[in-house]
Amino acid sequence: MTKPTSPPTATVRKLWRFHGGLHLPDHKSLSCEQPIQPAILPKRLVLPLQQHIGAAAKPIVAVGERVLKGQMIGQPDGFVSAALHAPTSGTVVAIEERAVAHPSGLTAPCIVLESDGEDRWVELQPHGNWTALDPSELRNLIREAGIVGLGGAGFPSFIKLNPGARTEVDTLILNAAECEPYITCDDRLMRERADEVIAGARIMRHALHARRVVIGIEDNKPQAHAALGAALARIDRSDIELVQVPTLYPTGGEKQLIKVLTGREVPSQGLPIDINIVCHNVATAAAVHRAVERGEPLLSRIVTVTGRGVATPRNLEVLIGTPIDDLLRQCGGTTPTLARLVLGGPLMGITLPHGGLPITKTGNCILALAPGEFGQHGPVRNCIRCGECARACPANLLPQQLYWHARAKDFDHAQDYNLFDCIECGCCAYVCPANLPLVQYYRYAKTEIWAQARDKKKAELARERHDFRTERQEREKAERAAKLAKKKAALEESPAADSEEAKKAAIKAAMERAKAKREAAGIEPQNTENLTADQQRQIEEAEARRATEKKNESANERE
Amino acid sequence: MLTAIVALALLALAFGLLLGYAAVRFKVDSDPIVDKIDAILPQTQCGQCGFAGCHPYAEAIAKGEADINMCPPGGETVVMALADLLGRDAKPVEGGPKEKMVAFIDEQTCIGCTLCLQACPVDAILGAAKQMHTIIESECTGCELCVEPCPVDCISMIPIKVAPATWTWPYPATSIKPEHAS
Repeated sequence: MTKPTSPPTATVRKLWRFHGGLHLPDHKSLSCEQPIQPAILPKRLVLPLQQHIGAAAKPIVAVGERVLKGQMIGQPDGFVSAALHAPTSGTVVAIEERAVAHPSGLTAPCIVLESDGEDRWVELQPHGNWTALDPSELRNLIREAGIVGLGGAGFPSFIKLNPGARTEVDTLILNAAECEPYITCDDRLMRERADEVIAGARIMRHALHARRVVIGIEDNKPQAHAALGAALARIDRSDIELVQVPTLYPTGGEKQLIKVLTGREVPSQGLPIDINIVCHNVATAAAVHRAVERGEPLLSRIVTVTGRGVATPRNLEVLIGTPIDDLLRQCGGTTPTLARLVLGGPLMGITLPHGGLPITKTGNCILALAPGEFGQHGPVRNCIRCGECARACPANLLPQQLYWHARAKDFDHAQDYNLFDCIECGCCAYVCPANLPLVQYYRYAKTEIWAQARDKKKAELARERHDFRTERQEREKAERAAKLAKKKAALEESPAADSEEAKKAAIKAAMERAKAKREAAGIEPQNTENLTADQQRQIEEAEARRATEKKNESANERE
Repeated sequence: MLTAIVALALLALAFGLLLGYAAVRFKVDSDPIVDKIDAILPQTQCGQCGFAGCHPYAEAIAKGEADINMCPPGGETVVMALADLLGRDAKPVEGGPKEKMVAFIDEQTCIGCTLCLQACPVDAILGAAKQMHTIIESECTGCELCVEPCPVDCISMIPIKVAPATWTWPYPATSIKPEHAS
């Protein structure tokens, strides 16, 4: 048998397209030729305990404790949670509230680690022969390694690798679209570490028992495509399919990529697993490979530092917890014209108040934007109902209706228009001729609905407890009343206790009872029986003495 | 003529019986609107509305004796929901919006008198006579009813801290100006 000479990418495949989407200026050339460089080891790392969707990790180290690189310092708290590891060796100097990269600008519990510069590893436990491992053992390894979705959402990966006993996974899709402008970290990863991505994909496939694997990559990354193709050819795996998809924002959205590759649609508010598909990011796959085959937990990620607001854009391999300022410094610092610092891409990223915040597991890009560089500008005007937003929406929603309802705080109607199917991609706001901050309205409405749901739950609990208390108080009152009534009844039962005669009768009866008892016992109680002669004599003496004393007394009285 | 009268009388009797049966069979014990209003109220049982709790306030609203803006813990959301339900006009909350609070017992000062225990409408205080009391934070509705009875003033109300997980995006602050404003 002859091996195929061309990489297994030649397959022509039918592709579908999703509604809407935008062709955006991609600005990827700023950084896509910059090879991955390790970021300088920072002096201090700030590690938020929550870098993922779910419950925050629980710290398992104490202040002052020395830790080694790769040592677990926060353990998952509950099922939907992720572990946290020390990205380098050093000393835990604080476990406290620190400012984190969150749109709220609030603080959150963090472990602060001072590096000792030695970068000394803990003992690693690689599992080279992972095919012998059970899927649940693999999931455990991945859970222990603290791996979360590195594409941006940060959902604990081991959960997405657990389809459940009755669900068969038809397709595992590896998301290599990287559709948002500026970002090139996945592009570089695939160019330089294609083998790791493929190895991770195979492990994931094993864990899921997926029938097939499809890697979806946008056609603006020909070199990454070629690198993956070459890696596949090296291991001769024709069961992993590499598919080029047209570049169109937001193809990298999970639901959009699934539609493009399979023609199937994830149901409203559902998950890909509902249609037997699981989707993971390529960087997550590489992290899974490292965790399983090398035993390395997730300690670092590739971050694109780019934009016209930074001197030399770069792709850096950054330890989790590194301050953003350190990265900017390594890229020659920001230009004096810097207008806005963004974590993530220009459409979905969040504006950072300053660069003192740490990189987390989900931080794929630091974007330093010069004034007027990208997106909406100009004053906000009234909606002219042009419908451009509805044409652009990749989730097939009606952004204008959502806007009106969110603006009016009419959340029920916003939900009727499937607000929660909005992926916040920003297409609607990008095309809006009135420059309305549409996504902000949707985010406002979503978080407000969640807050109201929390309040409602709390009110429900309060009502339950209040009702219980009222019921208890009434029950206690009834019990007290019943007790009182019983006592009263008992008193009344005894024959007319209040009449004078009855009292006398009772006394008489009591006296008679006592008398009868005495008689039953025989003669008067005596302790003078069976006395010894000596005791008898003593008694007689005492009696005689008493008699004489009595006589004397009466004689004295007479005197 | 007679048949008409008899027929009408029979019909009247039949419908009368039907209505009478329906009145017994489908008897509604409480006013359903009261329950609907009560479902909207935040159940803090704080009495800040001037009634003995959320349900009495709901009854008063249903009877038209109370306004819909008397619930400070519920805030704007509750007023809007009540206005929507009852077809009344929404108006600003009496006393203005209020920060969400939770009670806190200074355990050093507490003498274990149980007065706050008796005041708490949702049994959110744990303790016994001559034992130190403490607030079960997750159950506390922030009604402040325990503050007044405390003889040693050891209960204070502290604002609930907003964490990133419970934070809500602010309402977009855009001032849309008319195009041709001078």
